[in-house]
Amino acid sequence: MTIEKPINKIYPMCYYIGLIITALGALQLLPALVSALYSEWRMLVIFLATASITVLAGIGMIFGGSRYKSVRLSFGEGTVVASGAWLLGTLLCALPYELSGNYLSYLDCCFDVMSGLTTTGLCLVQDMDHLSNGINMWRHLLTFVGGQGMVVLALTFLMKDQSVAYKMYVGEGKDEKLFPNAVSTSRQIWLISLIYLAIGTVVMTIAFIFEGLAPDRAFLHAMWIFMSAWSTGGFAPMSQSILYYHSELVELITVVFFVIGSFNFALHYAVLTGKRSELRRNIETVTFSITLTMLTLITLLGLMKNNVYPNVMVLLRKGFYQLVSGHTTTGFMTIYAKQFYHEWGDIALFAMIIAMLLGGSACSTAGGFKAMRVGIIFVSFKAEVKRMLLPESRISEQKIHHIKDIVLTDSMIKSAFLIVTAYVVTFAFGTLVGMFAGFPFGMAAFECASVTGNVGLSIGVTSAAMPAYLKLTYIIIMWLGRLEFMSVLTLGAYVVRKVGRKCD
Amino acid sequence: MRLKLIKIAPMLLVISFLLPIGANAENQPVTSTTLIESASKLDGDTVSYSGEVIGDVLYRGDYAWINVSDGANAIGIYIPASEAKKIEYVGRYRVVGDTVSLTGTFHRACAQHGGDLDIHADTICIVKLGHTVEDEPSNGLLFLAGVLFLCALTGTVFALKKRL
Repeated sequence: MTIEKPINKIYPMCYYIGLIITALGALQLLPALVSALYSEWRMLVIFLATASITVLAGIGMIFGGSRYKSVRLSFGEGTVVASGAWLLGTLLCALPYELSGNYLSYLDCCFDVMSGLTTTGLCLVQDMDHLSNGINMWRHLLTFVGGQGMVVLALTFLMKDQSVAYKMYVGEGKDEKLFPNAVSTSRQIWLISLIYLAIGTVVMTIAFIFEGLAPDRAFLHAMWIFMSAWSTGGFAPMSQSILYYHSELVELITVVFFVIGSFNFALHYAVLTGKRSELRRNIETVTFSITLTMLTLITLLGLMKNNVYPNVMVLLRKGFYQLVSGHTTTGFMTIYAKQFYHEWGDIALFAMIIAMLLGGSACSTAGGFKAMRVGIIFVSFKAEVKRMLLPESRISEQKIHHIKDIVLTDSMIKSAFLIVTAYVVTFAFGTLVGMFAGFPFGMAAFECASVTGNVGLSIGVTSAAMPAYLKLTYIIIMWLGRLEFMSVLTLGAYVVRKVGRKCD
Repeated sequence: MRLKLIKIAPMLLVISFLLPIGANAENQPVTSTTLIESASKLDGDTVSYSGEVIGDVLYRGDYAWINVSDGANAIGIYIPASEAKKIEYVGRYRVVGDTVSLTGTFHRACAQHGGDLDIHADTICIVKLGHTVEDEPSNGLLFLAGVLFLCALTGTVFALKKRL
């Protein structure tokens, strides 16, 4: 009788991480194409080199683990694959940045890649106004792929194994199933995003031509701004963000796109398949409408108290734009970062911080607590108050509406509280590190809310000059926030366990 | 007479110190950082600003927007379209834009332009003409990229053939 040695799960995990890395390598051919079209020969050569390195790394991992690819992975291992791919993907996707010469250090490159993939939008790039079209394409493509999810990308094009696919899909912070299996759901997510990308690029190109950009510049800016808006990312091709265009029309169109982008993919699917009533009944749209209205009022009152803007129209245009950009976790700005600190005052900044932490919808490109969890917590509070006031016979089960009526269970409430608590603890920790770096409480809290909620608005803390430990803290917080903690924590526990065993 | 002079002299001294300050307040050369961080103080003042024109010239009827960067930040400048036509180079990848200097009215939150922080100027002066710069790949980089690309291509073909 022979005793079979248990298979080390690291091999199948390597295989799946390799697939995702290969997809990221192939993706670098798109900015290479843009560089070729604009005769940016040095950037073209750089992208070909870095795409080759990434593909070779991916194929190496696929080759190493292919013998064990049929081995079933547990839920924990699936999430380790997702978070591991994000970590390795960040290191490899930073190569074009490093070779471009637009960054002061490799840490800064990794910061910008993580910021892009997590759809945060903060950046440390130098001389942004002279970036090549290739690098700009790569920045915005990262944010677009990050919004839908790089695992979702790999699932769409490369995966066949349904059971592992779903575990990895959940590990990337998405748990909505539009179809019975994860691969079909991923394809649907990409289909929805690509349809919107086509429509959005056409609409924005027309707007940019109307506002004075040359047609080819208008097309590129339109595609990049749409990618960023839809992914609630916040990257823009110019250092002044949306202020660069000095255009009401552009501001209006971007608001529409990033609000739509912050909605749940299940909601998009429902509306696109004819269930229009879902827009006003869904718990997430209802919660978002309430919090947006309340926070807009607080912001406007704060700005009025400080006489920040000369008239109501200006007040609405500046106040609402920054607030809705923060609430949807987009990060587009029409004011300078330091204006928040010097002009806005504490009340408006308080509303902005709350908005950035609350964030958009679950299973969308947005970050933050998510409207679903905020809604669940609110409904459970309401139920508790009812329970205390009404006789037991009149207490009925609580329901929420998300695509269909769902009975609110204790496990749903517990899960919502757990994740929100994790966000709050992370926010507090990041704020503390910001204060250690010498920034006042208000600035540290604002920037950390932006990092925790994957927003991208800045009050002036984020710059290449900030200490390396603060950059590293922000990178980890962006990663934790985007993958909603559990995947990253599982990866940490997995590494600690492996290292512990080796030491024993 | 001597007593009068003794009384007037300190006054003249004070005025002579104040005069240049008064002139500066009317026409201060400022940086973008000063404009953003001391916006309330400078709101409505006539300021002098200079820097590189970046991105695009955005024509809006008889006027145009240009964004001028002094290295720290870019500031929006609203000028007559005829003045904007003077600009030959705008700063982009491989292009250093024209360096312009201008004097205009600074607005912390311009009521005419939706609250934008901007400067309205009637004229601009091209201080230094922009130019293009070369950015070609080195032979070493070309060779390395070629070798890596061939390896990646071989690896991909191998993986596809083996149905990995």
